[in-house]
Amino acid sequence: MKRILLGCMTGILALSLAAGAALAGKLLLINGAGATFPYPLYSKWFYEYTKVDPTVNFNYQSIGSGGGIKQITAQTVDFGASDGALTDEQLKTAPGELLHIPMTAGAVVITYNLPQVSQNLKFSPDVIADIFLGKISRWNDPRIAQDNPGVDLPAENIIVAHRSDGSGTTNIFTDYLSSVSAVWKSEVGKGTSVNWPVGLGGKGNEGVAGLVKQTEGAIGYVELAYAVKNGLPYADVRNKSGNFVTPSIESTTAAVNGKIDSMPSDFRVSLVNPDGADAYPIAGVTWILVYKHQPDKVRGEKIVKFLYWAVSDGQRYAADLLYAPLPQSMVKKIEKRLGEITY
Amino acid sequence: MKLTLADRGFRRAATVLALSVVALTFLLACSMVVNAMPSIQKFGWRFLSTSTWDPVKEVFGALPFIYGTIVSSILALAIAVPVSLGIAIYLAELAPFWIRQPLSFLIELLAAIPSVVYGLWGIFVLAPFLRYAIQPFLSRHLGFLPLFQGAFYGVGMLTAGIILSIMIIPTISSVSREVFLAVPFAQREAALGLGATPWETIRLGVLGSARSGVLGAIMLGLGRALGETMAVTMVIGNRPQIAASLFAPAYTMASVIANEFTEATSDLYLSALIEIGLILFFVTLILNIAAQALIWKVSGKAGRGRGA
Repeated sequence: MKRILLGCMTGILALSLAAGAALAGKLLLINGAGATFPYPLYSKWFYEYTKVDPTVNFNYQSIGSGGGIKQITAQTVDFGASDGALTDEQLKTAPGELLHIPMTAGAVVITYNLPQVSQNLKFSPDVIADIFLGKISRWNDPRIAQDNPGVDLPAENIIVAHRSDGSGTTNIFTDYLSSVSAVWKSEVGKGTSVNWPVGLGGKGNEGVAGLVKQTEGAIGYVELAYAVKNGLPYADVRNKSGNFVTPSIESTTAAVNGKIDSMPSDFRVSLVNPDGADAYPIAGVTWILVYKHQPDKVRGEKIVKFLYWAVSDGQRYAADLLYAPLPQSMVKKIEKRLGEITY
Repeated sequence: MKLTLADRGFRRAATVLALSVVALTFLLACSMVVNAMPSIQKFGWRFLSTSTWDPVKEVFGALPFIYGTIVSSILALAIAVPVSLGIAIYLAELAPFWIRQPLSFLIELLAAIPSVVYGLWGIFVLAPFLRYAIQPFLSRHLGFLPLFQGAFYGVGMLTAGIILSIMIIPTISSVSREVFLAVPFAQREAALGLGATPWETIRLGVLGSARSGVLGAIMLGLGRALGETMAVTMVIGNRPQIAASLFAPAYTMASVIANEFTEATSDLYLSALIEIGLILFFVTLILNIAAQALIWKVSGKAGRGRGA
């Protein structure tokens, strides 16, 4: 009995070793984990990149930014991905110096359900903050009406919908609210999950969109890509220059441009409330996290090559999937940063 | 009796397997306690009695989640138990024979629907129906009760309770049906022979003896209701508050873990979520022990009643 068992186990071990060796000769498997928001773009990249370099294969687990940060810190993956920049404390717990490489930008839009209103609504930053703080509770509030002359706003209650799951979308949105409202900043703050003063929580973009679609008088926030694909109405938002800007790929790229001059050298930038006349103010970058010193030369070089490709050639796949491509000036800066990686 | 080698081997293997479940439960509890330590040390018993859940300021209190889990499960049982027993009695005692098989098959099919499908159905069909039809009706006629006051959102405690009840009806009704069928036919014949009506036959001849089995079925349903995550998360409104009204949004322990675990980055936040898991574990344990005690008590009585 024992001998049979032992025999079986040695057999399996030998087989798996042989299979591993055979694969290793041809294909290099690079493991990554993290953010769900950029996952559609990343999987497109991984597929297209096999045509550029057929010797690598990517395995990306979209387990959420928090999981991505944990795994890259524990060095169980070759790269992590996150929609939120790491804090200084988080960077300190990592065993080596971690680099933030911006990959693409996305926008968060404000969607609502008012069947009798056919025009796109317009919102000022302080109005958005006060709606989500519960201080503006009816649609015909004079402060909403002021931004929307000529729109017949109903005397209905506003029902706030927000994400209940921790998410990068919430992080961008609460980052924005914190930057435009001192009250929000002190009472609620920013994060992937926050203590919402009012409203209902829906799980995922589909949960929030479901609540908004089903509830007359509801307002919520979702990713631009999700709103466009599902035909949800979304509002124009007044930016720092005082213009009402419609969320789009172009106005999101404009938001990245608006932050280029003040960009920190480690790219831990918050895109909300940027300069620029046509910049949409509720936007964020998503990053890939890699160690500055790559322990394995072959593997490290392959990863860096892929990152070069993704921020340059790869950007042309972004717009089709409703992500905002990074502007050229930004790509130059990232390429310089990638050059600092050692092996 | 001399046991052969194979017999002894089998006995040992079976013992090890049985003990491994105990060991697994124990290890699970231990690892949860260890991982929840930062939160246990920081908040102590306050964790169970406070209601603020603020991941930004790292202040955590689990009371609204405990409340939400227990109330939504009780609500689900309140709806599901009468319906399930009705179904089970009909299927076991009253229905024409040709309809019994197909009907029980259909009910068991309900149990095979993935919970995310229930959740989506809840958002897109049930919630609007409740918001525009049921909640205004309840508020008009029963609005004097605090249970049925406040704004209509569609999603909330009531919706979660209804979704849960639909999910546990197949469990409770099919187990109860089996229990009813296991009651010897002689008992029904005896009741009928004494001149009992069909209702009296069911009440005296069947329900009495089946009581402990039915309780077991209800407990199975309760177990599913307590732990159900996805469907509830999608319709409960996910708001950590304790409100008297069933229309108000609420939150459950399983939901907050599912919602926030993936993005919980700080140690304290993570350990607070694990502590919620630990509480859920204990709530389930306590309810199961209570249920077991109830079953013993009831079956003892039923046994005496039967003169066995």
